[in-house]
Amino acid sequence: MIRYAMVIDTQLCIGCGDCVVACKTENKLPAGLNRDWVVEATRGRYPDLTTEFRSERCNHCSHATCVHACPTGASHLWKDTNIVLVEANKCTGCKACIAACPYDARLIMAPDGYVDKCTFCHHRVEKGQDPACVSSCPTHCMHFGVLNDPNSAVSRLLATRQQKVLLEETGNQPNVYYLT
Amino acid sequence: MLEEVLVTVRDNPHIDPALTVWTWEIPAYLFMGGLTAGIMLFASLMILRGKEDDFPFVARKLPLWAPIVLSVGMLFLFLDLSHKAYVWRFYTAFQPASPMSWGSWILLLVYPVSILLAACTLRSGYPWLGRLVDRFRAGTAIINFACRHRALVAQWGLVLAVFLGFYTGILLSAFSARPFWNTGFLAPLFLISGMSAAAAVVLLGTRNEHERQTFTRIDIVLITIKVALIALLLVNLATGSRVQIEASHMVFGGDFAVPFWVFFVIPGLMVPLILEYWELKGQRRAWMMISPVLALYGSYMLRHLTVDLGQTSSYVSYVNTFDPTLLELLR
Amino acid sequence: MKRREFLKLSAMFGAGATASGLLTGCADPPLPGAGQVRTSPTVCNICFWRCAGTVYQEDGRPWKVIGHPQDLHSQGRLCTRGTGGLGSYQDPDRLRQPMLRVEENGRQRFKPVSWDEAFDHIAERMRSIADEHGNDRLCLFSHGVGGSHFRKLLTAHGSTGYTQPSFAQCRGPRDIGFALTYGEGVGSPDRTDMEHSRCIVLIGSHLGENLHNGQVQTWIKALEKNASVITVDPRFSVAAGKSRYWLPIRPGTDIALLLAWMHVLIHEDLYDRDYVERYTKGFEQLAEHVRPFHPEWAYLETGIRPDLIRETAREMARHAPASLVHPGRHVTWYGDDTQRSRAIAILNALLGSWGRKGGFYIQERVELPEFPTPAPPKPKSDWKAVVQKDYPLVPSGITNVIIDASIGADAFFKGWFVYGTNLPFTVPSSADKIAAAAQSLDLFVVIDTMPAEITGYADVVLPECTYLERTDPIRNSPERQPSLAVSLPAFEPRHETKPAWWMAKQIAERLDLGQYFPWEDYAEVVDWQLQQVGSSLEEMRRIGVKNFPRKTAMYFEPGETIQFRTESGRIELYSETLAYFGHDPLPRYTPQQRPEEGYFHLNYGRAPAHTFGRTINNPQLFELMPENAVWVNPLAATRFKVTNGDYVRLKNQDGVTSNRVRVRVTERIRPDSVFIVHGFGHTDARQRLASSQGADDNGLMTRILHDPIMGGTGMRGNFVTLIPEEQSA
Ligand SMILES: Nc1nc2c(c(=O)[nH]1)N[C@H]1C(S)=C(S)[C@@H](COP(=O)(O)OP(=O)(O)OC[C@H]3O[C@@H](n4cnc5c(=O)[nH]c(N)nc54)[C@H](O)[C@@H]3O)O[C@H]1N2
Ligand SMILES: Nc1nc2c(c(=O)[nH]1)N[C@H]1C(S)=C(S)[C@@H](COP(=O)(O)OP(=O)(O)OC[C@H]3O[C@@H](n4cnc5c(=O)[nH]c(N)nc54)[C@H](O)[C@@H]3O)O[C@H]1N2
Ligand code: SF4
Ligand code: SF4
Ligand code: SF4
Ligand code: SF4
Ligand code: SF4
Ligand SMILES: [Mo]
Repeated sequence: MIRYAMVIDTQLCIGCGDCVVACKTENKLPAGLNRDWVVEATRGRYPDLTTEFRSERCNHCSHATCVHACPTGASHLWKDTNIVLVEANKCTGCKACIAACPYDARLIMAPDGYVDKCTFCHHRVEKGQDPACVSSCPTHCMHFGVLNDPNSAVSRLLATRQQKVLLEETGNQPNVYYLT
Repeated sequence: MLEEVLVTVRDNPHIDPALTVWTWEIPAYLFMGGLTAGIMLFASLMILRGKEDDFPFVARKLPLWAPIVLSVGMLFLFLDLSHKAYVWRFYTAFQPASPMSWGSWILLLVYPVSILLAACTLRSGYPWLGRLVDRFRAGTAIINFACRHRALVAQWGLVLAVFLGFYTGILLSAFSARPFWNTGFLAPLFLISGMSAAAAVVLLGTRNEHERQTFTRIDIVLITIKVALIALLLVNLATGSRVQIEASHMVFGGDFAVPFWVFFVIPGLMVPLILEYWELKGQRRAWMMISPVLALYGSYMLRHLTVDLGQTSSYVSYVNTFDPTLLELLR
Repeated sequence: MKRREFLKLSAMFGAGATASGLLTGCADPPLPGAGQVRTSPTVCNICFWRCAGTVYQEDGRPWKVIGHPQDLHSQGRLCTRGTGGLGSYQDPDRLRQPMLRVEENGRQRFKPVSWDEAFDHIAERMRSIADEHGNDRLCLFSHGVGGSHFRKLLTAHGSTGYTQPSFAQCRGPRDIGFALTYGEGVGSPDRTDMEHSRCIVLIGSHLGENLHNGQVQTWIKALEKNASVITVDPRFSVAAGKSRYWLPIRPGTDIALLLAWMHVLIHEDLYDRDYVERYTKGFEQLAEHVRPFHPEWAYLETGIRPDLIRETAREMARHAPASLVHPGRHVTWYGDDTQRSRAIAILNALLGSWGRKGGFYIQERVELPEFPTPAPPKPKSDWKAVVQKDYPLVPSGITNVIIDASIGADAFFKGWFVYGTNLPFTVPSSADKIAAAAQSLDLFVVIDTMPAEITGYADVVLPECTYLERTDPIRNSPERQPSLAVSLPAFEPRHETKPAWWMAKQIAERLDLGQYFPWEDYAEVVDWQLQQVGSSLEEMRRIGVKNFPRKTAMYFEPGETIQFRTESGRIELYSETLAYFGHDPLPRYTPQQRPEEGYFHLNYGRAPAHTFGRTINNPQLFELMPENAVWVNPLAATRFKVTNGDYVRLKNQDGVTSNRVRVRVTERIRPDSVFIVHGFGHTDARQRLASSQGADDNGLMTRILHDPIMGGTGMRGNFVTLIPEEQSA
């Protein structure tokens, strides 16, 4: 199974939100719906401060509780990868997957009512391109690739840099990494 | 100090700021499901133990309500779907890992059994209805079939009732992502609460003194167990992981304190308990008939609050820097 | 839907017919890019960095804009605003047709008119002004590429009055300060060589929030190679968060810090002796001048510990000449800005970074001939000598001075053309003056894409189409490498809107100046110019961007002798010119006023999601940041009993009160300051998204600190207090 991962360098991220606009335009999302978002975390007291920016989205978990929760198979893994997709014409809108996602990364597509989410831009990955957010980031702080390949950019970054994932305690084994 | 904020606005409807994907439909569905379970459980029991004459209402009249209540419940489930045209997709797949999927298939089994259970008690319970159905050849056939396999039907009824009762709880407790739900006490709690709801229906329906006495006793026991389970559940949360502790705080002093204690525990558990106790002690007043009503209300509230609490309890809480309601200007 | 599923289903319910009715249009939504895709080259016009990109359409519908891989400004990646550029085309509140101010039974209102009516009116007024006062009395306020067409029109008519807010409200002090020192300015894109810098000093310059694409990208490259960044900023800016040293300076005291740094470099003999001897003039006077300004002295002014001042000075010296003290861009702060820019320029000279790798590189552009048209008439007066006589050192127009020179019967300017600048929100406390000018001006034309506040003062409003719907002048900005980029229409202009070149030509023809616009479509000009440098419109339509080889070196050769374009031909640390015109020949520090009890410095800046006020109503960017928030330190928050999400009004030292604005309590701002992002608090209700969202900093700037050298408007001398709103959201 191919394991795709996103590696985001919080040392370089400036919180500009280009990744968010790029996602919305590339994927033609209706106004007011987001597949990704940017968090700013400031620690300390003036003047001893640190600020970390994080571009967040679905983590395409290796243990995807959303997929397990789906009664119809609408939430599924793309081909033989960890990319989690929703097939609209299998989706009943029961929203179990939404309740099952500890990251609240899913959304209800308006006006249709099926569930939507970050696709890791598989339509681009298929063509050997990076996801829209990754390829638009002006600081080049986002990286995308295959974890199984030890020579991939993402693998090498994870091998050499300090890192963390979000909510490790959920056991979902997220595949979006943050270099710290 | 830590300041964690969203610098791009995030306001996905029904997801932010906290989940509100399920409002009244799912609680109502779970309530109806639990009630059906309780009904089938009591009815089957009495039928199997041949207690028709001691418990005329339970054994003769109650069963008919199972398929009716269940149908209403399934209607509520349907109403909740946000992509309704695809409801049939529940039945183009079976996903063993998905409680939702189990549920939809269990219902498919429960349904015919509940109908058969109703059928085999129809002539004695509702003679006029029995005659009506007997007008049709098919009707007669079904009733006769049901009556012939009475015991078998009741046995299946018993088993499936327990499944169904547990399922209404497991559906929620299986969500590890929702701290408030993620505890082993939910399944038994919902089963018991379903039974006590059924008991309340009996109290409302029966004209038989002995039946009333017994089921008042039963209900007292059930409610007591319910209280115990709820206490255990809260303790279990309060001593659990970071997020579970936060979740428990919601009922201790948090936003949910008033709804939980004032609108659920007191009127939905304590008052009926006391009233039904007095009733046994013999001072029986007409107005005390509200106690079963309150008991029913209680077992709905239990589910409604549980569903809300679960959705509100979360691993993440996003705080917007900018007013998210301004996006309404775009929608 | 797929047939197999259909069968499965009808087996299920035995009701295929009815069910299939339910299922119409149930196919999964198509994947992006699966349809008919068309692309065309563009140059982003959402800000003035002007990145080259490609516009994508799918099945005839706008899809996305992405950066051009060969483009040096963007390195193939647009910024947040550029990526949201389509929103400016889609904005439902755009101006739709020309409008003329008419008087109807005593009440004034805008009447939608035909282009002909609008042009006839303008031409008629231009003639009458010329007859009454002379053909030199028109002025063009411009902030955008299309302005060049109107500039051509006005010069052809005889009026050379011209100004951009990017001088007197923005870069002016820096350009003058550096010109006085090096004989030339920093230019745009800024000629900073950050990608090779080992040490970068940011004085303000909130890179990351200031999202000038190339700047941010080269700065990030430096970070990646862990160059050490020293950020001087009273606010914990994004840049500060990525810096090795953050100096949270007391607002308005930068010159003290800069002098102390010079003191250390000279006193500890850390400066580039060879460079200074080879290229500079006036070092002795400088050394003498900065002797008293030791770090201990600066500490009292700036609040920055002496040891930290020394340490950072040594850090710069260690990496020199690859040490860049960034010149900043928006530098009209405290009225002593030209002097502060001089101090920065001098500091760079001591580090020897000008003309050196990792400092300031030498830019090149393409020799692009102008399309041959008749020479314009010699203007019958030198308007600068009349209007800007107090600022002899200033070669450009000074917005605020020109506004003053347009009020009243005897004012010099009688007609305004305002292209792409929203003056009342751009020039501090100018609204009343613009209103007054509108009374005495005989012609007030505004060319805009949006119902911006400035349109409310005009008597003619001309709706321009956006950059996505027109052919713009070729982009030929100085860069690392000579480079050309074209911007061609991706879509048909919406509504009645038209490109600036067409408007200018139409007006010209009505004034018998048609010979200055000898073409049908501006694309002919672009094509002709491209032909001259061995390309063509046809080729550029395909490739979008064309880079040419450099002709000269990018840095000074070691030991090379250089003729600087100053009086003395050397880098002037000590400025005879300034002395001659009665200014300090060497930067002097004068303390700024401090806020009174209960008041805060009004600090302002950029947010990555927006460009000034021009993008707030852009639906795609509004969605990212629909309002601004006032940053308040927790200490101030407790004092005023406000918390996150509360709304307050800001009241300045002169009693001016802002629109309500949301509170953000954060440690990232000094206790003596508050911060808001510029561009919000629009008042024109026709901008349905932007109007009355957030607070406008410009309106609160009633205390203007004029720069005696370049005449610009220092904006950071204002103080505000908080007035909590009753309700909180
Ligand atoms: N996203 C976005 N980017 C833009 C623009 C935009 O509209 N949107 N506009 C572009 C344009 S035209 C320009 S000119 C530039 C302007 O961008 P800059 O040239 O970076 O503007 P500054 O005023 O230097 O930066 C504001 C910073 O100065 C700090 N500051 C305030 N007072 C003081 C002080 O007394 N001393 C010091 N050292 N710092 C202080 C503030 O805290 C703030 O962090 O941005 C450009 N980039
Ligand atoms: N208070 C305060 N004032 C400031 C600043 C600040 O930070 N605070 N910053 C200063 C700086 S650095 C600068 S550079 C200036 C910028 O000053 P401006 O350039 O005036 O900034 P905007 O408010 O964006 O006004 C741009 C206007 O051009 C219009 N426009 C946009 N695109 C087009 C187009 O394609 N064609 C035409 N015809 N019009 C178009 C917009 O609708 C808008 O009305 O502001 C300066 N003034
Ligand atoms: S685009 Fe890149 S830098 Fe900007 S917020 Fe997203 S990840 Fe961070
Ligand atoms: S982040 Fe949520 S939606 Fe994405 S894979 Fe994990 S559980 Fe599923
Ligand atoms: S909402 Fe759709 S995708 Fe999610 S669980 Fe239900 S059927 Fe599956
Ligand atoms: S990967 Fe694609 S879908 Fe996911 S956030 Fe990035 S752009 Fe959006
Ligand atoms: S910096 Fe951003 S807004 Fe400015 S031109 Fe480049 S892409 Fe457009
Ligand atoms: Mo500017």
